[in-house]
Amino acid sequence: MNRLRTAPPRYWLVVLAVVLFLGLPTVTSSFVASEWGQALTLAIAIMGLNILVGYSGQLSLGHGAFMALGAYISAILVHRYHVDFLVTIPIAAVATGLVGFLFGVPALRLSPLYLALATFALAVVSPSLIKRPAELTGGVQGILIPQPDPPPFAGDAFNAVTGTAMTSDQWIYYVILFCTLLLFWLAWNLGRRRPGRAMRAIRDGEVAAAASGVNVAGFKTLAFGISAFYAGTAGSLFGLSIGFISPDTFPVSLSIQLLVGAVIGGLASIPGPLLGAIFAYFLPIESNQWVPSQTWIPDQITSTVKNAGPAVSYGVVLILVMMFAPNGIVGLVKAGYVALNRRLRGAADRETGQLPPDPQTV
Amino acid sequence: MGRKGPGFAAAAVFLLAVAACGGGGGNTTQTDVGITSNSILLGNTIALSGPAAAYGTIANAENAYFTYVNNTQGGVNGRKIKFKILDDSYNPAQTVPLTHQLVEQDQVFAMFSGLGTQDQTSVRDYLNQKKVPQLFVATGATTFDKDFGTNGWTLGWQPPYQGEAHIYAKDVLANHPNAKIGVLYQNDDYGQDYLKGLTDQLGDKASMIVDKESYDVTAANPFAQLTALHAHNVDTLFLFSTPKPTIQSLAFITAGLHWEPTIYLNSVSNPQVYMGIAARSGAALKNVTSVAYIKDPTDPQWANDDGMKLYKTVIANCSTCNVLDGFNIYGVAVAYTMVDVLKQAGSDLTRANIIKIASSQLNETNPFLLPGVKVNTTSSDHFPIMQEQVITWNGKGWTLQGSLIDERGTIK
Repeated sequence: MNRLRTAPPRYWLVVLAVVLFLGLPTVTSSFVASEWGQALTLAIAIMGLNILVGYSGQLSLGHGAFMALGAYISAILVHRYHVDFLVTIPIAAVATGLVGFLFGVPALRLSPLYLALATFALAVVSPSLIKRPAELTGGVQGILIPQPDPPPFAGDAFNAVTGTAMTSDQWIYYVILFCTLLLFWLAWNLGRRRPGRAMRAIRDGEVAAAASGVNVAGFKTLAFGISAFYAGTAGSLFGLSIGFISPDTFPVSLSIQLLVGAVIGGLASIPGPLLGAIFAYFLPIESNQWVPSQTWIPDQITSTVKNAGPAVSYGVVLILVMMFAPNGIVGLVKAGYVALNRRLRGAADRETGQLPPDPQTV
Repeated sequence: MGRKGPGFAAAAVFLLAVAACGGGGGNTTQTDVGITSNSILLGNTIALSGPAAAYGTIANAENAYFTYVNNTQGGVNGRKIKFKILDDSYNPAQTVPLTHQLVEQDQVFAMFSGLGTQDQTSVRDYLNQKKVPQLFVATGATTFDKDFGTNGWTLGWQPPYQGEAHIYAKDVLANHPNAKIGVLYQNDDYGQDYLKGLTDQLGDKASMIVDKESYDVTAANPFAQLTALHAHNVDTLFLFSTPKPTIQSLAFITAGLHWEPTIYLNSVSNPQVYMGIAARSGAALKNVTSVAYIKDPTDPQWANDDGMKLYKTVIANCSTCNVLDGFNIYGVAVAYTMVDVLKQAGSDLTRANIIKIASSQLNETNPFLLPGVKVNTTSSDHFPIMQEQVITWNGKGWTLQGSLIDERGTIK
């Protein structure tokens, strides 16, 4: 109980967030739940990217390709071999992680700029590569993934709470939520333990890290593998949630979208990817619907936004974030919280007649 | 800060309780989704942007017809038709979530005239599972009519691509028996459907096809494929491609390759205005053959035709629609059939009744189609339109050749 009492406020925020996400499908429609489920899959992918970019300081412009790999592994197993979807998620995750690890071996010996180019090339070629073995991947036709019915235990529990039958979208949402929680917990543990410290040391100074006995190449490759593992999971869940994948589900812009999400949310933080994903997922949808409905915006701008879609809104928001919140949403909130705390504490101290501690003695 | 803990916990429990209660008041029962006492809501996904954006105007033209019916007749049996159009960029990865949105969030009564073979295929299972009519899809892929038995909530409208390809095959055999055929086709169900029809009808003469090249929807242009076809000494070129690559091809053949093959052009890219764009881009447009089943708004012979006059009245409701664009009269024509079905349904406006009428009780003379073309379905035949007429390019417009060719019964 004492531990509960002394827990810092951010722990309560985590509890609140988990409760909100658990309750969401019970108050919204099945469609909204599936939208949020897709946003959560992006959060997983962005968390993977965050481990790579935020913690270990490598840049990847090709995470969409790893998502595609995960999605196709799952879809092919389900479609051709009739494997249960839930079983395919870890298979896809591990296989993608392995591929990421192997890709990392040569790629991470490249300097950051060339690594960005190599991963970008991966993102560019993957839609074309997927199309070639058409018997396996369905070529341009893509693969339809039948959406699973909720199992009896989940359906009954949902029915007991809401009084309505659980749809497959709602069941998939909970599957995604479970994976998200698990992977965020893993990332949180990773970040504050030995591998996390080693990665941050490499990010902040490779030579210094090597001098301190950190296996630089090993940890860089590991970070790439873990990152791909996350992307593979996300891809697998994304395919399940949409119910259809084709090469064009994973365009180059998806990789950019992930990176934008990671930056906007806040690098090297745990809540950052979640906020970034919500942003990256809903921004294009909302801007596409909001901008044309505003009569004060000139028609030419409206039509540009309509045709260029997410690109315009991403551009504008990214510029604003870089100008006013260079550490992303999380950085902004942290800075605000610190400032607020300082003011409140100062005010409280004055009211009780206590002098604030002398800065020189602290 | 720790002492605030229990407060947060209480708030969390409260939220959970709210969450738990909120779900109870879900949808009330309605005889059918998307119908109110004064409105009928239809949904549509189409390419307003992306590689096939030329088709986007179709949805606007359809909406123009619904507006016309709402304004002049007060809708259908007192219910005004509302039409929600969403842009999927001709990309199935977007069609799927947008269709989910229309069905689950906007609660449409039916999907109407969704465009794109691949796009509509990707949502067919979903719509059939949900028992939402997927009516008069804007694609001629044969499967949408042919496989009505297994997908009983999906129906096409325009003549099937395989039937159209049969007509080309017959025309080649009759007029160019020694042709060396080359085919450029879009690498998906749509392109392959045309190719199948052509190969089937050529039968043992299929070896006349000396080369076939495919391009991907997302490709910038089909120039490499055309160069390869030219290199194979093709003298009769089939273009099974959407408007943008078609215009690029027609221009490149003349200006880039200085090549003058006989050209067969699929009907999904043949409106006169697009031929005009190709001509301005340098295309010679010699010996071009296609087929038609709709009246061409640029053809002077329809100047005093009642159907054409009605079309011009209707299309005035759409400020962005080019009255001469053949895609617009297509949109108005298919919307006419939709309204016809709704009228026949009368007071029994259920999804099941709508699909029953559309698939087996249509017997319509559509004023926007060529004289003699019937929109017709029976309990054993679910191909609404099966007649087409060969047309050739005369330098300024299309000229109708011969008489209507009826392919009904050739595709089982």
